[in-house]
Amino acid sequence: MPTALIAEDEPLLAANLQAELQRLWPELQIVASVGHGEAAVQQALALAPDLLFLDIRMPGMTGLEAAQAIAEDWPDDESNPFPLIVFVTAYDQYALQAFERAAVDYVLKPVLPERLAQTCTRLQAALAQRAQPQSQAGTPSLDDVMQQLRGLVAQGGVGTAAGAAPAQQGTLKVIQAGVGNAIHMVPVDEVLYFEAADKYVRVITAEREHLIRTSLRELQPQLDANRFWQIHRGTIVRCDAIGTALRDEAGKVTLTLRGHGDKLTVSRMYAHLFKAM
Amino acid sequence: MLTETSSAFPPIKRRSFAARGLRSVLIACFVALAISGLYNTSPMITLAYSTSYTLGCWFCIDAGRILAARWVYRNDRGNEKFGRWPGWKWMIAVVLVGTFAGAVLGNALANLMTGRHDPGFIGGSNFRQALGVLMFSLIPGTLATYFFYTKERLALSEAQAQTARRHAAETQLKLLESQLEPHMLFNTLANLRVLIGLDPQRAQAMLDRLIAFLRATLEASRSRAHPLSAEFARIGDYLELMKVRMGDRLQPSLELPPELAEQMVPPLLLQPLVENAIKHGLEPHVNGGRLVISAAREGSELVLRVRDTGAGLGVNGGAGGTHFGLKNVRERLSTLHGNDASLELAEAGDDKGGVVATVRLPMA
Repeated sequence: MPTALIAEDEPLLAANLQAELQRLWPELQIVASVGHGEAAVQQALALAPDLLFLDIRMPGMTGLEAAQAIAEDWPDDESNPFPLIVFVTAYDQYALQAFERAAVDYVLKPVLPERLAQTCTRLQAALAQRAQPQSQAGTPSLDDVMQQLRGLVAQGGVGTAAGAAPAQQGTLKVIQAGVGNAIHMVPVDEVLYFEAADKYVRVITAEREHLIRTSLRELQPQLDANRFWQIHRGTIVRCDAIGTALRDEAGKVTLTLRGHGDKLTVSRMYAHLFKAM
Repeated sequence: MLTETSSAFPPIKRRSFAARGLRSVLIACFVALAISGLYNTSPMITLAYSTSYTLGCWFCIDAGRILAARWVYRNDRGNEKFGRWPGWKWMIAVVLVGTFAGAVLGNALANLMTGRHDPGFIGGSNFRQALGVLMFSLIPGTLATYFFYTKERLALSEAQAQTARRHAAETQLKLLESQLEPHMLFNTLANLRVLIGLDPQRAQAMLDRLIAFLRATLEASRSRAHPLSAEFARIGDYLELMKVRMGDRLQPSLELPPELAEQMVPPLLLQPLVENAIKHGLEPHVNGGRLVISAAREGSELVLRVRDTGAGLGVNGGAGGTHFGLKNVRERLSTLHGNDASLELAEAGDDKGGVVATVRLPMA
């Protein structure tokens, strides 16, 4: 029996979507209905549903970011394919038309029953195709989804949920990290990588590490994008600090750093950055 | 021919360059006929000399002007507001040198055309006569320059006026779009659509709020002021709509002392501030928070506050968004009250966190 997860922050709309889906597709089992992005990631990874209905504008984390996070952490397991995604949005600011008949679908709010019925038909066809092991063509692979999410993220609209669109595009020269009463001035040239840690960011240099009270999302626009590469939703690395990138049989990429013992994992979303010239 | 937005040097238009040359020649023909009438010289020869001199002077001055303007532009990028005008200082030099060079050039050209060997004013024995010719050439040169200058100036101010009109219309449109924020509108309609089936009475109440809010939004651009009680009622409509959507995550309260109810304020002045508090303060917060809108009298000032217990301004000092809402409120305040009114945005600074926006304006 197919399973689905709904992520929608407005309770009335969530209940209505659930009711409409049950009417149009009685076999579909809604395994969870959550009100924000982080819960969506958690529940999706825990319950591994076949379908995800994600509202784009949600508190904490947008639907796009949630999809990205789910894709990054999705286990590599043939028997457990990546869910089909349907984005739900009130206003099409993401050029979602590109998704029609593609790896994922989208519906606009207010959700009209005819449109939702079309989506259901499409999803049923995709699931049926997926059930036949020999015909993989036509069903979206994880790589397709990645490709499209990358495209959407590149549109730059992702930050809008928290209103964190970059205001200062200037490139940061030093990181000012507070330690007790002192402020340590850390030149960004010495930073090996940044790692998100709850409400903080860890700043790792060859000698030591600092904690700064900001989010990676706020920090990123202030960094020179040519030098500082995002390799995971929680990691930004200075590209000239990378020694080697190793790809294992499963396609997973791991980085070693120059002059530092840490190994960094590259998420699927960014694995395409590491190819031989 | 004047581009107000492009930062590149305005392109030279060959047609208008040629048109100016042609017009100069036309003027020269009249001058020639007048001279030949006055001094009783051969009209054809006078015409040839007059036209050649004019053509020479026009060419040297006009080309000199363009080159000078280019030079000025290259050395001072900011100085593009007058397109191809290098400024009077440069222009005087260009007219003087241009007239001299043009007269020499024109004389040579006329000699070529007529087969005569008039030495012109260089090499000629009669220096005074030569100087006379030069002065005579300077007068039309200066006049023509002044004529084209005025014309260009007129075209520029016309272009500037058009830009200003377009900006005003764009601002109006952006304001309307920000008030009728599509996200808010369609989400509200989506909720309404659900409520119609579930709870028709509540749906009707919600629709009434939406109607009042839409009407106020459209009317806000037309009237200059409405009572504070009306302002609070419209904000109340908006908050009720948001409350249907956000549920318990939004806990609004409106505090209007009755003695301030009749104070006149610009319509929907607080709307962008309330919207910002929800969008940037409460919406990103998983648990939402409180939103207090209050009015108070402080001395001779009316003080309006919008305070949320949300995300705060953050390390970027309230980065995010376009700041269109804040800019809009500030502009309206300064248009109406100049420096007597202000808008401040600050961290609330107590243990509940969040942001407080404070509007101060003189009591009516």
